[in-house]
Amino acid sequence: MNIEWYIVLSSLLFAIGATGILIRRSPVVILLCLELMLNAGNLALVAFSRMVGNQQGQIFAIVVMVVAACEVVVGLGLIVAIFRRKLPLDVDALRELRG
Amino acid sequence: MTATAWAWLVLLFPLLGSIVIALGFKVLPVKAAGAIGTLTIGLTFLCGVAALISLLGESPEARHHASSLWDYASVAGLNIKLGIFVDPLSVFMVLVVAGVSALIHLYSFGYMQSDQGYHRFFSYLNFFVFSMLLLVLAGNFVLLIVGWAFVGFVSYALISFWYRRQTATRAGMKAFVVNVVGDIGLVLAAFLIFRELGTFEYSQVFAKAPQVFHTNEWTVTAICLLLLAGVFAKSAQLPFHTWLPDAMEGPTPVSALIHAATMVTAGVYLIARTHALFVLAPTAADIAAFVGLATLLVAATIALVMTDLKRAIAYSTMSQIGYMIVGVSIGAYGAGMFHLMTHAFFKALLFMAAGSIIAAMANEQNIDKMSGFGRAMRFTSITMVCGGLALAAFPLTSGFFSKDEILAYAGARGGMYLIFTVLGYFGAFLTAIYTFRLIFRVLPGKPCPEAQELIDSGHVAHEAPRNPATGEMEDTEVGFPGAEHHIAEQSLPMRIAMAVLAFGALFGGLIQIPGVDNIVANFLDPVFADSPLAAIHPSTSWSWIGLGIGSVISLAGIGVAYWLYVVRPEVPAALQQRFSAVHTFLYNKWYFDEAIDLLIVRPTLAIGRFANRVFERFVVDGLVSGTEDIVGGGGRLVRVVQSGFVRSYALLLLVGFAGLALYFLLSSS
Repeated sequence: MNIEWYIVLSSLLFAIGATGILIRRSPVVILLCLELMLNAGNLALVAFSRMVGNQQGQIFAIVVMVVAACEVVVGLGLIVAIFRRKLPLDVDALRELRG
Repeated sequence: MTATAWAWLVLLFPLLGSIVIALGFKVLPVKAAGAIGTLTIGLTFLCGVAALISLLGESPEARHHASSLWDYASVAGLNIKLGIFVDPLSVFMVLVVAGVSALIHLYSFGYMQSDQGYHRFFSYLNFFVFSMLLLVLAGNFVLLIVGWAFVGFVSYALISFWYRRQTATRAGMKAFVVNVVGDIGLVLAAFLIFRELGTFEYSQVFAKAPQVFHTNEWTVTAICLLLLAGVFAKSAQLPFHTWLPDAMEGPTPVSALIHAATMVTAGVYLIARTHALFVLAPTAADIAAFVGLATLLVAATIALVMTDLKRAIAYSTMSQIGYMIVGVSIGAYGAGMFHLMTHAFFKALLFMAAGSIIAAMANEQNIDKMSGFGRAMRFTSITMVCGGLALAAFPLTSGFFSKDEILAYAGARGGMYLIFTVLGYFGAFLTAIYTFRLIFRVLPGKPCPEAQELIDSGHVAHEAPRNPATGEMEDTEVGFPGAEHHIAEQSLPMRIAMAVLAFGALFGGLIQIPGVDNIVANFLDPVFADSPLAAIHPSTSWSWIGLGIGSVISLAGIGVAYWLYVVRPEVPAALQQRFSAVHTFLYNKWYFDEAIDLLIVRPTLAIGRFANRVFERFVVDGLVSGTEDIVGGGGRLVRVVQSGFVRSYALLLLVGFAGLALYFLLSSS
């Protein structure tokens, strides 16, 4: 199969994830969208790996998965903490970092 | 013990006294501080005498010794020793300084008794004596400058002694600033000497100078002119003299010690000490002599109209130092130094008498308000007349011999120098008039209220202390004499000091009578043996003719003063009316203060203001605030991005990455 299809799929997934991050305000959904983007990247990595013919890209994809898992742990932990403190679960409302 | 060992002791005692009094000001009783101060200076004087005896035991040619205790500074091939130089000149100065200082300490012991700052006063005074002795004993130019700067500082500290007085602190600052201008000249001269001769040591400098310099070469002239800047500033010669009359804001013993007898004569000593250089630069020496002449005449004319008792005596001091400068500059070294000594006697005495009268007047210094003190204060007036006679060069008093010797030498040198003789005698005439103007205004006549009170009840006038210059109330809590005043009639130490000085003023001249004895000049001769000018001597008969002229002039001056101020007291007022322009001119001190203000102070201030307005505001402030604006503006710009909206960060990130990716795509294809 031609490499372009993989890249197109990957780009579509990435764009969906990015759009989700930009338009949704719930942190849970944003985390999901982030995962989507990361996996879009993974797809591209694996596709290129097959095209080139070695395993480096695949190994890199595994590393990305590990990072994604960690990120989800931290992110979900934050979300639970926000929830416990009865703060609004809305990223636009949490803007203490304004300079 | 050797002469140098005694000389080290001479330096040790006053320093020790100063430190002990300064550290012990809380525990020492008032009288103990005064006693320590006076005793240490007395011991200093005795050590000076011992040094003199030990010098006299040697042959005249061998009477110079250098000694150093340790290195003062040793850097980059330059080794300056903490060294002293003992020869007849320095020992002579030590004796004059320590002798007069001891008496003035004794006087202060009584005079300053009820002053709040008694310990501070004696500590300063002892430190002054130390500094002055360091100045005269220094063995190289570096130590000379150290002593020179020290006396300048102590002078400042003592002028501003009553530091709650605005006028006093101002006068102190003025004296300090003017002196520092001179110090700069002295320091530059020392640099130049080191550049040309490679050493600071006196003995080497004076030995090398004739081999290195040609007569009137520009370098040696420059050195001498720079030295003269220091001399003129310290010795209150034109145009650096304006600080001296203002220095009379200090306590009277200070005026007597520092601003009459010792410190202001440092310039005379410096010229005598560096005569080897001045011989090589006759132009500079002539400039010094003419400045001295101008000063002696200008100051004498101002003294004729001054109504402030102490300021009038201060102008007389300037005038007499003018004589000394003329003397040592034209080559009459012995005579100049002799006049320094006699002047120290009679001028210190006059100031002491004036201080006693001012105390009786409750700090009033205006002679218009004084009269009749002859009956009220017998001892003070007798000593004042003694001092006045010596100052006016009354025949056979000390000033008579010393002043005429300078003028006789100028005559013997002949040529252009006859001007000094002629104008010097004219100055002597003015001296006699202004001296006896003071005496006839203050002593005879109907007693003023303060004098009357003294006659009637023996009480010294006590008023709430006011500053005579401004009329404002004095702050007596910190360092002002307070309501108590002390006069010589009621204080034994003051009387002793004045009596000794009166003796010196009357008979001090007898140690150097032309043709009879020549003690001072003979003693100093070895120091000046290398100067060709020292070989010139007025013949004895000419000296006596000069003395004859001098006595006629002195008597004439006293006669004129008697006629003007006793016989026809209405004449001075009429003269003042008739020549009011001249009087105003003299009364405003030839407008020297105003001229300096106009020529130096105002332009400097204007430059400062201009620099503040233009350079400071636009360039410096522009640089600083410009930097601040750039940083602040940049910060404000960047702050906008930090909105706190996580989603906008994400958008920026995405757009940024997209842009980057686009850029690389486009640039790679």
